Amino acid sequence: MIDLSVDVGGLRLSNPVMPASGTFADGLANTIDFNRLGAFVTKTITHEKRTGNPVPRVAEVHSGMLNAIGIPSKGSDYFIRESIPFYRKFSPPLVVSISAPSNDGFARLAAELSQVEGVAAIEANISCPNIEEDGKAFAMHARSTAAVVKALRASTSLPLWVKLTPNTGEIANVARAAQEEGADAIVAANTILGMAIDIDTRRPKLGNVMGGMSGPAIKPIVVRMVYQCHRAVSIPIIGCGGIATAEDAIEYMLAGAKAVQVGTATFIHPTAMIDVIDGLVQYCRRKDLPGLQGLVGAVEDTGFVPFEAMA
Amino acid sequence: MVISNAWVNRDYKHLVLDAGLPAAGAKAGQFFHLLCPATEQDSPFFRRPMSTYRADPATGRVEFLYKVTGAGTRGLATLEAGDKLPMLGPLGVGFTLPAGARHIVVLGRGVGLATLAPLAEMAAQARVGVTAILSARDAANLMSQDRFTAIGATIVEVTDEAGTSSVENVERLLRELHAAGRADAFYTCGSSRLTLLMQRLGAELSVPGEVAMEQQMACGIGMCYCCVRAFREGDRLVSKRVCWDGPVFPLAEVA
Ligand SMILES: Cc1cc2nc3c(=O)[nH]c(=O)nc-3n(C[C@H](O)[C@H](O)[C@H](O)COP(=O)(O)OP(=O)(O)OC[C@H]3O[C@@H](n4cnc5c(N)ncnc54)[C@H](O)[C@@H]3O)c2cc1C
Ligand SMILES: Cc1cc2nc3c(=O)[nH]c(=O)nc-3n(C[C@H](O)[C@H](O)[C@H](O)COP(=O)(O)O)c2cc1C
Ligand code: FES
Repeated sequence: MIDLSVDVGGLRLSNPVMPASGTFADGLANTIDFNRLGAFVTKTITHEKRTGNPVPRVAEVHSGMLNAIGIPSKGSDYFIRESIPFYRKFSPPLVVSISAPSNDGFARLAAELSQVEGVAAIEANISCPNIEEDGKAFAMHARSTAAVVKALRASTSLPLWVKLTPNTGEIANVARAAQEEGADAIVAANTILGMAIDIDTRRPKLGNVMGGMSGPAIKPIVVRMVYQCHRAVSIPIIGCGGIATAEDAIEYMLAGAKAVQVGTATFIHPTAMIDVIDGLVQYCRRKDLPGLQGLVGAVEDTGFVPFEAMA
Repeated sequence: MVISNAWVNRDYKHLVLDAGLPAAGAKAGQFFHLLCPATEQDSPFFRRPMSTYRADPATGRVEFLYKVTGAGTRGLATLEAGDKLPMLGPLGVGFTLPAGARHIVVLGRGVGLATLAPLAEMAAQARVGVTAILSARDAANLMSQDRFTAIGATIVEVTDEAGTSSVENVERLLRELHAAGRADAFYTCGSSRLTLLMQRLGAELSVPGEVAMEQQMACGIGMCYCCVRAFREGDRLVSKRVCWDGPVFPLAEVA
């Protein structure tokens, strides 16, 4: 019997596969069996109502997409009233992704959700602009990450996952800061800032000019980041970026991820998450493994054997 | 599985598939999200939305009428009999007929005609008369006349070429139909100018109506929020997802 279950940042999941925030919604229940997922992760919510960005909000690029959806949100009251009861009908735990423009805003929203039955964990999306840091994303620097995670930790006893941005030169330091301030897991990573221009109209292809890149094209970049984070922290890492198949998920695990989130792939193949779960079982069978534990961080670094310089 | 994929004129192709149920149970106005094949030249990443041109539960067939424009539809154009096409659907909210309607007007432009043909058939089945105003650049781009003729619809063709497709002329036609008691509901697809015209006249003459809207889509099932548009609800503007809340919307909601 193959057992895919994992402990991830304070939660016991029946398998390590879950949706990435913003790429999943209740409507998918018509297409796949929700009870098979490791967890639910919601689209990021904010306390207040927000409309999101102008259209066009997406553009396709080679092996991936750019999006500037923004965070349209009906507000946390609506979410608590309308969405949480829906997810409570299913067995996987509900992870609520949250965002706010300040440390205090994050803390207040986390505290509000901690009172609500049916919320199993908080995923703090700290890739959004921090008004106290001149609009730079919290997760761009270790210092701002530490401050927001500290505020969050003080406001909730729920498992706290922190989702990092790849738009930083110091991902390992940022991950370490999150761990030191009490995060239970990190999610690596959000989308990579990009841009595309229509050469006929000379206009940016996104209404918001710049947007986040996701999909298969970004996988090598984020696998590298997971590898770097794995060397820097001991809390679980959830890998996210370009995962579409079980092979992709295993690559992330070898780099150091304990669980994975599937995002853009679900837009193209609505059954992608289920296919990844089934593929993990097949992989374990093929390799005669009882489960996935032995894979996490098991990449074998190829030692460099020096050879003589060319004459 | 593809049964045929033939050119109907220089720009448009007609794709017939054996899709089985429940796909072939698609209602007028619903759409499918198609995983268009890559070619040497193109590798479309997203799926492409396409409204059902015909769906027949008896034969299990689903048909599309599409204009070859870019990476996705160029890929579709390469399909041959026997090929497979992964498709997700039927999706979205289709057309409805108001209770008691006895005669409706459908007004389509370009590929919008493809979306309206199944509506005309649905109306005929409900014993509701149809007048179809077909608009296009030129006569070669007028399509589907046979579909409308088969159900006994009255057809009016207007083209840019003949100078008959202007908003003013179409407005005159619609007013005449209304005066003759042949416009209990308005339906349109394919042109924002014509949509605004039908909305304005509908409000003035108290004729209800619906429009099938287009917007770029990534997921097609309400998850990504890329397909939103602004709609009027009373005196408020609200954003709705075309894939999930539509693609068919009441004309009065168009903002
Ligand atoms: C509900 C719905 C029903 C449709 N039904 C039909 C139909 O029956 N026949 C038909 O020919 N076309 C139909 N369309 C339009 C069709 O989806 C686009 O023409 C098609 O996506 C163009 O793709 P492409 O790769 O060939 O063009 P490209 O220009 O290469 O596409 C690039 C991007 O722009 C988007 N895009 C381009 N044109 C449109 C458009 N008009 N609407 C939405 N997105 C667009 C594509 O999805 C893609 O992401 C429908 C659109 C919607 C939303
Ligand atoms: C349309 C879209 C919307 C997204 N919205 C959110 C969001 O609200 N919050 C968030 O933390 N990440 C959001 N993301 C980022 C994804 O969760 C994920 O980190 C990213 O897409 C990389 O994974 P992928 O390549 O598997 O898609 C969004 C991504 C996409 C494509
Ligand atoms: S296309 Fe994704 S929400 Fe409509």
